[in-house]
Amino acid sequence: MSSLSVEFAGVTFKNPLVLASGTCGFGREYAEIFDIKRLGGLASKGLTLNARAGNEGLRIWETNSGIMNSVGLENPGVRAFIERDLDWVNGLGVVNIVNLGGHSIEDYIEGVRLLNSVKLDILELNISCPNVKAGGMNFGVKTELAREVVRKIRATCKHKLSVKLSPNAEDIVALARACEEEGADGISLVNTFLAMAIDLEGRKPVFGNTYAGLSGPAIKPIALRMVHQVAHSVKIPVMGMGGVVSWRDAIEFIMAGASIVQIGTGNFIKPDISLDIIDGIEAYLDAEGIGSVSEIRGIV
Amino acid sequence: MSKILSNHRMNEDFYLMRAEHQNDARPGQFYMLRAWGREPVLSRPISVFDADGDTVSFLYKVVGRGSAIFASLSADDEITLQGPLGNGFPNVTGKVAMVGGGVGIAPFYLAGKRLKASGVQVSIYLGFSGEPVLVSEYERAAGELVVKVGGFITDSVEPSDYDSIFACGPEVMMRSLYKKCKERGAADNLFVSMENRMACGVGACLVCSCKTADGNKKVCKDGPVFKGEAVFGL
Repeated sequence: MSSLSVEFAGVTFKNPLVLASGTCGFGREYAEIFDIKRLGGLASKGLTLNARAGNEGLRIWETNSGIMNSVGLENPGVRAFIERDLDWVNGLGVVNIVNLGGHSIEDYIEGVRLLNSVKLDILELNISCPNVKAGGMNFGVKTELAREVVRKIRATCKHKLSVKLSPNAEDIVALARACEEEGADGISLVNTFLAMAIDLEGRKPVFGNTYAGLSGPAIKPIALRMVHQVAHSVKIPVMGMGGVVSWRDAIEFIMAGASIVQIGTGNFIKPDISLDIIDGIEAYLDAEGIGSVSEIRGIV
Repeated sequence: MSKILSNHRMNEDFYLMRAEHQNDARPGQFYMLRAWGREPVLSRPISVFDADGDTVSFLYKVVGRGSAIFASLSADDEITLQGPLGNGFPNVTGKVAMVGGGVGIAPFYLAGKRLKASGVQVSIYLGFSGEPVLVSEYERAAGELVVKVGGFITDSVEPSDYDSIFACGPEVMMRSLYKKCKERGAADNLFVSMENRMACGVGACLVCSCKTADGNKKVCKDGPVFKGEAVFGL
């Protein structure tokens, strides 16, 4: 029997499958449907320091082979998460990845401080948020803005830190290297691609914010290319994601250099698709006579 | 996977599908339906029209890629049914009016049938823009049936005649019914079934959020049935 166990920045995952932030809440809903304890890890709904109501109006739009979403980081805030959900997630026996976003460096730092005092395994930093104090420029687009936020958070954060990159970055390799230089323990990529749909009859954008985030199989080849570029450019480990809906997709990401593979939109295709992928990876490794999933990481 | 027992076109707009499926579905609940692999990406939320322990039926309208695939299915084809999901309409007593517009009539066949059997006085109001469907079925499910083609079905409803009012249909119809209930001091008796685009269907992804007096609610998990006052009284 092949080993699916993976080390990521000193944290042991029993297998490389993680539910991606924003697609699984804090795990409670899926726990009613399948055995989520079989997962390698769970990345929480993106938290912000204070609760957010999210965007008004339409939040999802289906495309060919994908979906666009504009949820707007609706979440209960860091404190409510700690009070209501943290112990429950820690009790699952899966790697607890807490995703944190922010709209100013001060918000990020305060969120990190609150999370410093609790138990979690990895803090996943969402830098794909507009910086309200820099004219709305997205932290994750400009390398130097990302460098600044990672530096300041690293100085405060006591947890393992994985920075989640936006594929909309001006230079994703340079940005990943900047995160590594500033002390990130890992990189997660990619977040959604900025995209658009137009309502022909109304002659206006489908979404209130005009643009929304594209995910799903439509983005997989581009996400895979970005994971390949980044994983071959940094020494810290990578969590890859973007349209993974089968074990073959997952193996591609691993061969491209990802230690961990996250499943997002796939959860909407089939709630327990991650378990199918875990079983598929294991069957593949056994059939190929590969002793450990780590043996094929980054071989392409 | 569930086996489709029948799938018929009822008129220009409506189709009725019945499938084998062990269930304890309640009126107003829904299923996520899927009859394809990975494309389209999302399953489709469809309200329960009828259910017994071993079968479940869906009344649906072809509006896009997913429902067009449903319409192409035949008896013995297979479909994935995830559910029943959501809260459904409450068990009420006394006199109830059920007001459905368009494909929003779907939940009131089972709701009428079940409540009538428990001794509730059921009046069903159905508003169609085209040829009415399933009229004799709804007649059996109700003590009183009012069918209107064109115009506003809400004009036919007198809220003060009822202890409870259930509504499902276009938002403009439900909002207008809420206003009428409010004028009669009956707003608290109104329950509305909200519709929204969904992804997970189980309360995890927050894309079907609905603004209510108690903050954002998930149509799939907290609803789809809400107090009319909570949604339209804002």
